[in-house]
Amino acid sequence: MTIWLIILGMSVATFAQRASFLMLPEHVKLPALLRRALHYVPAAVLTALWVPELLLQKGVLNLALGNERLLAGIVAIAVAWRFRATFATIAIGLVALHVFDRLF
Amino acid sequence: MPRARTEFNAGLRAGLSLLIAIVPFGLVTGVAMAAAGISPLEAMAMSVLVYAGAAMLAAAQMLADGAPALVVVLAAFVVNLRLFMYSASMRQYFAGESLGRRLIVSYTLVDNPFALFLQRFATRPDAPGKFEYFVGIAIPLWICWQSTVAAGLLLGNQLPAAWKLEFAAPLAFISMTIPMLRDWLLVIAALTAAATAVLAHGLPLRLGLALAAMVGIAVGVLAEKYLKAGPE
Repeated sequence: MTIWLIILGMSVATFAQRASFLMLPEHVKLPALLRRALHYVPAAVLTALWVPELLLQKGVLNLALGNERLLAGIVAIAVAWRFRATFATIAIGLVALHVFDRLF
Repeated sequence: MPRARTEFNAGLRAGLSLLIAIVPFGLVTGVAMAAAGISPLEAMAMSVLVYAGAAMLAAAQMLADGAPALVVVLAAFVVNLRLFMYSASMRQYFAGESLGRRLIVSYTLVDNPFALFLQRFATRPDAPGKFEYFVGIAIPLWICWQSTVAAGLLLGNQLPAAWKLEFAAPLAFISMTIPMLRDWLLVIAALTAAATAVLAHGLPLRLGLALAAMVGIAVGVLAEKYLKAGPE
């Protein structure tokens, strides 16, 4: 039952977010500060999603060589930056995770 | 309407070229939802109604951790804050269109179509066929997304834990994020948000994510204001 409430909540919220500005009347102008802030939203939100997954192990910061997630993440970042390809990033990142897990 | 037809076909070609990027993301999302114990019916309902991969993936991870319902919905809202930005940006191209067309654009507005659309129309916002081009991208993407999520759900729990496939979720996010960091101001905003997320991870109700987003955005805006003269 709870899951259906979650689905309902997520559906309504997500649709409202997408429709928000598209539904505004044509003559409404957006404040400049809001437009500048919106420019940084995707980079800030998405980065905050995955960086803790690489740096934290069971809630503790781990920057040691033994943190294979961090090492594999760095490889994946390099692949994403160089090739901009989802499939290559996920595949090479997973292989790197296993390689570093064996190595260290 | 030859112009509309041409733009629709151009959109279709652009959309089909995206599928190689959608397939792994859809599979990862389906697998994560199955691992979180969401039934196939519930998962497909979420996939069709929400139709936002990053939020679904984040929700699946949180449900697997046993987060309360309200927290999951709030986290999805924060993850989807970027849709506000896409909506605001698309407004300049679609404000004059009918309500029905704007509702269709709203429902199918996700990261990749948004980026492709801007590539084609940012320099000529008054060109005709914008709606047809966008729908041309959206249709193959929607079909591909729903079928790969379904495939991921079927694969679900049959995949061995030793493969560490749960790490595919952050990898999918990495592949989405890195191409967005087009200049130093965006990198500064992203790094600040990341540092905040790490420092604030102990906050209850995953408030760390919301806080990280706010700090990253604020620092980006301030850096733009004070560093604008600096190297780009």
